Amino acid sequence: MIDFTPFILSFKLAFIVTLILLIIGIPYAWFLSNTKSKIKPLLETITSLPIVLPPSVLGFYLLVFLSPDSFLGGIIYKLFNIKLVFSFPGLVVASVIYSFPFMVQPLQSGFESINKNIIEASYLSGKGKMKTLFKVILPNIKPALLTAIVITFAHTIGEFGVVLMVGGSIPGKTEVASVAIYDYVENLDYHSAHIYSAILLVISFLVLFIVYFINHKQRKKYDIY
Amino acid sequence: MIFIDISKKLSNIDLKVNLNIKKGEFLAITGESGSGKTTLLRIIAGLEKSDGIIKVEDKIWQDNKFFLPPQKREIGFVFQDYALFPNMSVLENLLYVNNDKNLAKKLLEMSEIYDLKDRYPHTLSGGQKQRVAIARALMRKPKILLLDEPFSALDERIKEILEDKLFMFHKEFNLTTIMVTHSFSEIYKLADNMIELKKGKIISFKNKKELLNQELLIRGVVIETLDNIAIISVGNRFVKIRNENLKKGDRVILSPTSYKLKGVNENIIS
Repeated sequence: MIDFTPFILSFKLAFIVTLILLIIGIPYAWFLSNTKSKIKPLLETITSLPIVLPPSVLGFYLLVFLSPDSFLGGIIYKLFNIKLVFSFPGLVVASVIYSFPFMVQPLQSGFESINKNIIEASYLSGKGKMKTLFKVILPNIKPALLTAIVITFAHTIGEFGVVLMVGGSIPGKTEVASVAIYDYVENLDYHSAHIYSAILLVISFLVLFIVYFINHKQRKKYDIY
Repeated sequence: MIFIDISKKLSNIDLKVNLNIKKGEFLAITGESGSGKTTLLRIIAGLEKSDGIIKVEDKIWQDNKFFLPPQKREIGFVFQDYALFPNMSVLENLLYVNNDKNLAKKLLEMSEIYDLKDRYPHTLSGGQKQRVAIARALMRKPKILLLDEPFSALDERIKEILEDKLFMFHKEFNLTTIMVTHSFSEIYKLADNMIELKKGKIISFKNKKELLNQELLIRGVVIETLDNIAIISVGNRFVKIRNENLKKGDRVILSPTSYKLKGVNENIIS
């Protein structure tokens, strides 16, 4: 009988991380797409770092900075009694940082491609910024929004190095699907590794296919980007 | 009455405009590219900030301390590129502004596009899109209608129809209309008054009588030259002019009363 706990944990992690990143990512990407500030290249560099950094480097620094002995980790431990290493909340924090560019970059290019006149047309229709965001801006970057959500979700499911370093492999707590496969292979249980890998492969394929399929249809229907 | 006394530093010019516009007036703003026409319109709409005062009737829209955001100004704005919301049907575009279904129906019927109410913007022609954009601008029941070169991308035939529609709306809703335009025909046909901007300053102000008393001008483009004869397209009409200096593609200004050449490439030479 297959133990689905690692999958449930992976999905729970991906869901929470995607939700958090949506809330942070939309205003941040909007800021990046509109700012003429000199620090924009610096912010874009920091945002993109997790794409190029080896996960072990990111994992190492997170381990250092999030540990209860560190300044930041210590404050969080004292204030909320939450340990951010080898725990599920730690995985969430690490994944939010690691998946950040996957949410921000599609949103930013979506925001940059939108015709600024339609935003002004909404203001001139008497609508405020929030209504404009939800009724005009986001619906008109639906493909970018969908791409950002799904790629963030899928990337969080697929991450390995960072979660292993920050979370370890505690069954039921931090042992997500990708880590479980590593454990099976280490224990020479190729049968279970095959099943887990196949499930992840199929899910990843389906998720991406659905995104590209829907985006293709949306672009055709509304002529949007 | 609209009182405007504003200034704004732009990258290449200093825009400085002092202007009174009467209620119900149709004002055309013209001038060469980069003269500040569109910026002036955007300042009136509240899309750009500037120094100075804008007062509409007794209400201050902006002064040195106060700035009324575009959401609160009673204006309709029509963009050159229509700026319809691509994710909404024609009817939804109108109802987004104001959920008054009767007004939306009335405006779409007056614009003769009620049949298109369920279509999405990308399925419409340029002329149809601009009809929707004008109807949408009127959904706010504005006192002032601002238009930024609304017909410049449309062909002559459609342009003529839409000019008539615009004039009908201007009268029917008792609007004060301010339109940026390059087209002499729009100015002669629609405007009560016209101002011309150059490098951010008003260089001429003409009322309807002065506009129509002057030599009427129209724009054209040289489509071919044969020997010393230039064939010039004016809207969808053609004129032949004997002139050896013209080249294919030259933009010219003509006087239709004489059809004598008045200028080449926008610069009047005689």
